[in-house]
Amino acid sequence: MPRAAVRPRRGGGIRRGEARSGWLFVAPAVIITTVFLVVPILLALWVSFSDWNGFQSPLNPRVSFVGLENYAAITVEEGLDQRNFGTAVRNNLYYVLFVVPLQTIVALLLAVQVNRAALRGKGFFRTAFYFPSVTSTVAIVIVFQFLFTASGAVNSVIGAFGIDGPDWFNDSTGIFHAMLGAIGVAPPTSGPLAEPGFLGISGWQWIAGPSVAMSSLIMLAIFTTSGTFMLLFLAALQSIGADIDEAALMDGAGPVRTFFSITLPMLRPTLFTVLTLGLIGSWQVFDQIYVLGGTSAGGTISTPAFLAYRSSFVDLQWGQGAAIAFILFVFIIILTLLQRWALAERAPRAFRRATTTSTTAGGLR
Amino acid sequence: MRTSQWSAAALAAGLVVTLAACAPADESGEGASGLELTMLIGSSGDAETTAVQAAADAWAAETGNTVEVIAANDLVQQLGQGFSGNNPPDLFYMPWDQFQTYAAQGFIEPYADELENADQFLPALREQFSYDGQFYCAPKDFSTLGLQINTEAWAAAGLTDADVPTDWDQLAEVAAALTTGDQVGLSMGREYARVGVFMNQAGGALVDGDAIVADSAENAEGLAYLQQLIADGSLKFPQELEAGWGGEAFGLGKAAMVIEGPWINGAMANDFPERQFISVELPAGPAGPSTFAFSNCWGMPVGSETREATIDLIEFLTSDEQQLAFAEAFGVIPSTESGSAAYAEQFPENAAFVAGVASATSPVAFQGASAAIADFNTQLEQIGSADPASLLAPLQANLQAAYDEANG
Repeated sequence: MPRAAVRPRRGGGIRRGEARSGWLFVAPAVIITTVFLVVPILLALWVSFSDWNGFQSPLNPRVSFVGLENYAAITVEEGLDQRNFGTAVRNNLYYVLFVVPLQTIVALLLAVQVNRAALRGKGFFRTAFYFPSVTSTVAIVIVFQFLFTASGAVNSVIGAFGIDGPDWFNDSTGIFHAMLGAIGVAPPTSGPLAEPGFLGISGWQWIAGPSVAMSSLIMLAIFTTSGTFMLLFLAALQSIGADIDEAALMDGAGPVRTFFSITLPMLRPTLFTVLTLGLIGSWQVFDQIYVLGGTSAGGTISTPAFLAYRSSFVDLQWGQGAAIAFILFVFIIILTLLQRWALAERAPRAFRRATTTSTTAGGLR
Repeated sequence: MRTSQWSAAALAAGLVVTLAACAPADESGEGASGLELTMLIGSSGDAETTAVQAAADAWAAETGNTVEVIAANDLVQQLGQGFSGNNPPDLFYMPWDQFQTYAAQGFIEPYADELENADQFLPALREQFSYDGQFYCAPKDFSTLGLQINTEAWAAAGLTDADVPTDWDQLAEVAAALTTGDQVGLSMGREYARVGVFMNQAGGALVDGDAIVADSAENAEGLAYLQQLIADGSLKFPQELEAGWGGEAFGLGKAAMVIEGPWINGAMANDFPERQFISVELPAGPAGPSTFAFSNCWGMPVGSETREATIDLIEFLTSDEQQLAFAEAFGVIPSTESGSAAYAEQFPENAAFVAGVASATSPVAFQGASAAIADFNTQLEQIGSADPASLLAPLQANLQAAYDEANG
């Protein structure tokens, strides 16, 4: 590596000045990236270690270095800041747990359906499914607010089946809590589950599940993002030649077997992209929360991204806001690496055995 | 590889230095005319924006300056952005709940004592906008909370003028009488800025001198009274009535009484012009009458380049004449003694709001308190089912922590 870098400079001759021209050509990109990406990130990193209150430049002499104080306030020091952060992480965790798998499955199913040669009006369906993705989230949130009010369309429809719908966007009941309540499990008043635990949130609160309000947002997210990911899957599906499907057919594989043993493994790179984008996007969810006010529904729709905004702009705790953003940043990177590892190509034999057993067990009858 | 790393590092360092060197933009400070001032307001609607713009234009024409009035979508966020970007507006609405924080962080200029009319403001408002013993900014106007009664519903329930509630028991009675199938007797925002009134009427407070007393028995009594109303079915919050705020529930006829301030007049005139109602003073609690007074002040960024001109503009905007024009346009009460007296005379239907001043206190707003209050507002969603003490305990702890931090 070092040799390769040094050689052109010493070489002279026809390759003389190549490095300089190279730098010249990439200079615009380097400058833009530095000014708009590297410098802001470094400044934000500095802010997260400082006591900057949002007045004048964060580099002015009155701002001092406070070490890990901001990080400590939201993670280890008991108090409101820690609980708010803990609640936001809990809310977002459930959001991700539901949104990422569901939107991937829905996107894949839609892609497979609109890719079928026999489907009439393919173009219409593709457009229809993609439409929510190109519409502004804010507009969709407002439409959803109308649909999900206590006497809105959604409740009228489920009311026709005799179900008394909740006041969706204002209901802070966790759905796991509701289920536990239905089978007669009452909130513990003492014991380990009632004590403040990790990030100041009690165990009972950690297992609350997404609140009804958050569930509405989960539905909204699946509705809006599935279209985009459908497009990715569709592109990948179209690059799988018809000959491969034919070969599978000749080998006697049914449609289910073809899907799980041929299509899905061939979609693996796209699957990785979709899962990664979904994971990142859903850990950064902000606009929906902001439009809804963020603090409604008992604080169950607040997320770290929203909390970072709120701490900075409203409470003027810029250091804490930046610290939240960096924790989120590191967290997303770790999750992405984990996922990359989980989806990596393994030794082919082990992989084949695993899929064969799972598909035969999975109901190939 | 080494070269690239070094040049990248050098480039980054260079940019950081350049960025740091970005000095505050120098605007011409000399001369009192030809200035271009920006004013950021948190407007309640078109009526307010138009009135403020008209007043600013009148001043601008007189002095030869120009004033650009910007109605903020989200005042606090836009202020934060302006200050962090080192480009705050020359003049802005300083919300009461953020004032202490901004003053403590050294964002705003303590100019108010230099105003010609500095001693004419109501003492309670002077106090609200003082930090560390210094009067910071001129109160723009003020509002108190009153009880609005839908007169049609009132008559339909067979109630007369003699039944206007003056204490808690009477309030509970009329609220129950006004509650019908599709109309609830009383509604109000589910937040400290409304619920807190009942805690104060019971003799409670959040801060007593240097002590935080949020978990007092009096505060619990105030909440317990509201819980009784909820249990009777005569109090519902706007969220339960599918309304954005109390005024909307009132306008839609879903609530026969609400607790709001003078801004309700403008809102009803705009959105529900057919709604007939009166505003009366809030009924007194066991410890006597109490209401909240809200006021914003005219904020000026610290070290403002346009200080002299801005002070002149503020004097113009806070003159009795101009404040009465605002009162007429969007229903606020003038912040000066003489102005508020003239207002009560000119708008007898709003006399109840002025009368409230006698028993008005400002909601707690010391530095950092707003986060604790926001958390309490969230907790209040459980007011229907939770024990008052369990709602007040976290408030006590959070306020105490914020107070210690602000004073420690």
